[in-house]
Amino acid sequence: MAIFLNKDSKVIVQGMTGATGMKHTKLMLGDGTNIVGGVNPRKAGTNVDIDGTEIPVFGSVAEAMEKTGANVSVLFVPPAFAKAAVVEAIDAEIPLAVVITEGIAVHDSAAFWAYAKTKGNKTRIIGPNCPGLITPGQSNAGIIPGDITKPGRIGLVSKSGTLTYQMMYELRDIGFSSAVGIGGDPIIGTTHIDALAAFEADPDTDLIVMIGEIGGDAEERAADFIKENVTKPVVGYVAGFTAPEGKTMGHAGAIVSGSSGTAAAKKEALEAAGVKVGKTPTETAKLARAILAG
Amino acid sequence: MDLFEYQARDLFAKHGVPVLAGEVIDTPEAAREATERLGGKSVVKAQVKVGGRGKAGGVKLAATPDEAVARATDILGMDIKGHTVHKVMIAETAPEIVEEYYVSFLLDRTNRTFLSIASVEGGVEIEEVAATRPEAVAKTPIDANEGVSKEKAQEIVKAAKFPAEVADQVADILVTLWETFVKEDALLVEVNPLAKVKSGKVIALDGKVSLDENADFRQADHEALEDKDAANPLEAAAKAKNLNYVKLDGEVGIIGNGAGLVMSTLDVVAYAGENHGNVKPANFLDIGGGASAEVMANGLEIILGDPDVKSVFVNVFGGITACDEVANGIVQALELLKSKGEEVSKPLVVRLDGNNAELGRKILSDANHPLVQRVDTMDGAADKAAELAAAK
Repeated sequence: MAIFLNKDSKVIVQGMTGATGMKHTKLMLGDGTNIVGGVNPRKAGTNVDIDGTEIPVFGSVAEAMEKTGANVSVLFVPPAFAKAAVVEAIDAEIPLAVVITEGIAVHDSAAFWAYAKTKGNKTRIIGPNCPGLITPGQSNAGIIPGDITKPGRIGLVSKSGTLTYQMMYELRDIGFSSAVGIGGDPIIGTTHIDALAAFEADPDTDLIVMIGEIGGDAEERAADFIKENVTKPVVGYVAGFTAPEGKTMGHAGAIVSGSSGTAAAKKEALEAAGVKVGKTPTETAKLARAILAG
Repeated sequence: MDLFEYQARDLFAKHGVPVLAGEVIDTPEAAREATERLGGKSVVKAQVKVGGRGKAGGVKLAATPDEAVARATDILGMDIKGHTVHKVMIAETAPEIVEEYYVSFLLDRTNRTFLSIASVEGGVEIEEVAATRPEAVAKTPIDANEGVSKEKAQEIVKAAKFPAEVADQVADILVTLWETFVKEDALLVEVNPLAKVKSGKVIALDGKVSLDENADFRQADHEALEDKDAANPLEAAAKAKNLNYVKLDGEVGIIGNGAGLVMSTLDVVAYAGENHGNVKPANFLDIGGGASAEVMANGLEIILGDPDVKSVFVNVFGGITACDEVANGIVQALELLKSKGEEVSKPLVVRLDGNNAELGRKILSDANHPLVQRVDTMDGAADKAAELAAAK
C-alpha cells in the first residue's frame, strides 16, 4: 500500500534532460521506479538512453500522460521556469507533482499553489525544495537515496532532506512503508497534516515519525491534527532549538520571528498531543524502537 | 532581506505610493545641503532595522540646515538596541498629521496565501493593536493570481472601516502598494503610519519592506540594496564563496550537509556543551549536496578563520554524495590550506555516515592527519568536539 507512491506509479520527469534530471532519473530507475518518460518541448519525439533504458521525451505533461498513463511527475526544472512547469502539471491534472527544485521565489510558489486550489486541487503537490518521496522496494520519486533502508512499517514525514536520510538510517533495520520529504520552503504543497492523514489510513504503517524544524506553525497545527485524528503512535523530532531569532537557517522557511516558530513551542505542542519528542535524531529513533518493541 | 526605511521609501516612490521627499546621507556635513534642498528644515531619521527609533532619540526635527548638521552629528554613530547608526535619512517635514492608519501585504504561511492587514489605528505596533483590539484590525486573504484590483482594495478599505473621506485615496494606495509587493518580489510591505495630513492628503510616512532573495535572478537591482556594512566579515566572505553560513556566538565550528542536519547538529553540540564548560556552536554552515574538495576547503577556510572557533565538527550524512568523496575532500582541503600557507591548528572531529561511509572512514584513518579525529556517531562526535573546544 504505502502512501502517495507505489510499484504501480508511472513516473515522468520534467527537466529530465538537464544534468540534475539525468543524474537522478538514472538513480530512480536503479531503485525500480517505473519511469515512463521525460518532458521537454524542445526535445519532444526523441529518446534518451539511460544505462540502456530508452526513455521517450514528450512535448508536454498532457501528452506524456496520454501516451503512457503517467500519474506522477518529478520536477527538476530550474527556479526561473519552475512555476510554468508546475502550472503545466496542474493543467494536465496529473495526480502527483513532486517539486524537487530549490530556490523558487515565494511569489511563484504562492501563484502555483493558488492555481492548484482554483483548479480544485486535482494535483497533489509535494515540495518545492524537497527531496521527494520513496516507498522502499517499490518506487522512488525524487532524490532520496534508495539504499539506506528497506521496506518496513514506519511512515516518515519530514521538512528536511538530510534529516530524513539520517532517520531512515537510524531505523534501517526496521524499514519504512513510505518516507516523504515535504520541504523547507515558506509555501509547500503537501503538509505534515496531509502525510499524517495518509499514514493513519495506510494499513502498512504502524508508527509515524514526524520531523519538523523552526519557522511557521505547521508543527503546531500537526499537533492539533494528531490529537483529534491520529490513533497510531507518532514520534517527533524538531531541529533548531539553538537557532537565534531573525537568522534564516538554510531553508527559506527556517526562521524564528519573534516568539513564533521556535523549536521549543513546537516540541511543547507535539508533546501536548501525546507525541514523544526526541532531543536528538538518535534519541528519536530510540523512542520509535521502544514503541515498536511494545 | 529586510530593507532600511529610506530603501522602502524609494521602492514606494518608484511604484507610485505617495511618500515625502527625502535622501540618505552618512556624514553630518551632508545634512546641510540635503536640508537646504528641502527648503531649509527637515527631519533627521536614524536608519536602523529595528523598531522604536523615535523613543531612542533617533528621530529629530531640524528647523535650519545648521540644526540638521547638529542632529545628524548626534544621531550618526548612536546605538539603538544594539544597532549602530551608519546612515540617516534627511526627510521633508511632515505636514500636520490628523490621523494615523496602518496597511500591509505579507505572506500568510499558515494559509499558504497572501494577506492584507489594515487598520485605522496606526502609528503604533500593529501586533499590539491586534492583541488588545482585534476588531480594529482587518485581515483579508489575497489570491496570488488575482492580486489587488481597485475593487479588492475597496473591500479592504471597507473591512478596516476607513473614513469615507479617505476611502478612495487609501484604495489607490493599496493598489500601488500591492504593485510594490509583487513587482519587487517582497515578502512584506508595510506602511505605518499611513497618515492623513491637514490638507486631507494621505501619505506613507514610514514603512518596512522585506525582499525574497530567491527572486534575485529576476531582480537585478536588489543586490545594491544589501547592507554590506552590517554583514559580519565571515558571513560576507562565505557569501562571496556561495556558502550558506551564519555566524553564531559559540566556540565549536560546524560544517554539515543539508540545512536540517546542520540545524540538528547545532542543537546536539549545544546539548553536549552542557557537559563541557557550556561551549556552543560557533556557526551554521551547510555545504549542501555534492561536497567537493573545493567546497569543503572553502568551508574549512571560513571556519578556521573564525578566531572564536576552538574545535571543528564536520557532520556529513552521505545521501547522494558518497562519504569517500567527502573524506577525500577533507584531506585535500587540509593540504590545500597548508599549501596556501595557512596555519591549521584547530582539532577536527569528523563523523561520516551513509553512502560509502566505510570507505570514507578508511580514507581518514589512512591519512592519519594529527588534527583529525573520527567519531562514528553524531552524538558521540558532538561530545568529542565540545570536549576539545572546552579544553582549549
